[in-house]
Amino acid sequence: MENALPPLAAYAARLGDDSLILGQRLGEWCGHAPALEVDLSLSNVALDLIGQATHFLGLAGAIEGAGREADKLAFHRDVMDFSNCLLVEQPNGDFAQTIARQFLFSHYQALLFEQMAQVEDERFAAIAAKALKEVKYHATLASDWVVRLGDGTDESKARMTTGLDWMWRFADELFVMDDVDAAAIAAGAGVDKAALRADWDTRVDAILADATLARPAARRPVLGGRVGRHSEHLGHLLSEMQFLQRAYPGATW
Amino acid sequence: MSDPSKEWPLWEVFVRGKGGLSHRHVGSVHAADGKMALEHARDTYTRRMEGVSLWVLPSAQIVASDPGDAAALFAPAEDKVYRHPTFYKIPDGITHI
Repeated sequence: MENALPPLAAYAARLGDDSLILGQRLGEWCGHAPALEVDLSLSNVALDLIGQATHFLGLAGAIEGAGREADKLAFHRDVMDFSNCLLVEQPNGDFAQTIARQFLFSHYQALLFEQMAQVEDERFAAIAAKALKEVKYHATLASDWVVRLGDGTDESKARMTTGLDWMWRFADELFVMDDVDAAAIAAGAGVDKAALRADWDTRVDAILADATLARPAARRPVLGGRVGRHSEHLGHLLSEMQFLQRAYPGATW
Repeated sequence: MSDPSKEWPLWEVFVRGKGGLSHRHVGSVHAADGKMALEHARDTYTRRMEGVSLWVLPSAQIVASDPGDAAALFAPAEDKVYRHPTFYKIPDGITHI
């Protein structure tokens, strides 16, 4: 990776990439959701996430100090340089699959930002404090839908079960710690993600119980997103997202 | 056209803004239940501003007056001056009246 960022910048980029890629995925729903109001909810969540991405990628660029701003990082990096978790790049599938992804991710983000809002580094703390209000809403929204679909009709329950099953193997990656995390914690900016797991399990299990859904069986976790080893889905997503900037590099808009 | 009987019911949305004194009707949303109606109302009408109060209620629960009866309902008060408290001086310090 020739564009490798210094550790603290890489840490900010990971946070930004998570929000950016999920925001892009949710944008794909625009005009296609099951109801007008749901369309609006998904777009709202997408906009919140794109806002977070702008802040975190802007911070990553500022820490790197090489003149790369948020747009540059979003539109001029290739698959190998993206460090989002694998969960957020998974395809939307049906509505239940999208909700499953949102549910697992938003509860993780809520726990993460609760901690990050307290860190020493004011830049990270400030973005996290702003984002926390948003992601709490996302988590509630997704949880409500997990319950509605899980405890709805036979069909919706089956779809919710399948959606969770698809996304479940990507959940473990959210809590994996590595050198970049350790460096960020040492710099007073990072959060011990592994320590969030117990709370995440408790929250997720409570909603699943409410939704009369069984917790999917544990399976071999799929890892690699944080170091640029992605599923086959991300390349296609980026080619669509970055088309204009690739065709007209450096254009102002 | 989709079958209207299969659509989510309609809810009327009332919002009290930050510093606002009363809830004002702002529009309606379709939702399957009250909680969903609140979420949708929040997205549609308040942009999730803080310090805003929202009410939603099923449109079917509202009983409206008949415009045809307006004369009978509202006219009698007009010629009865004693119904209007216009003879009182209101101190300058009193607002919101």
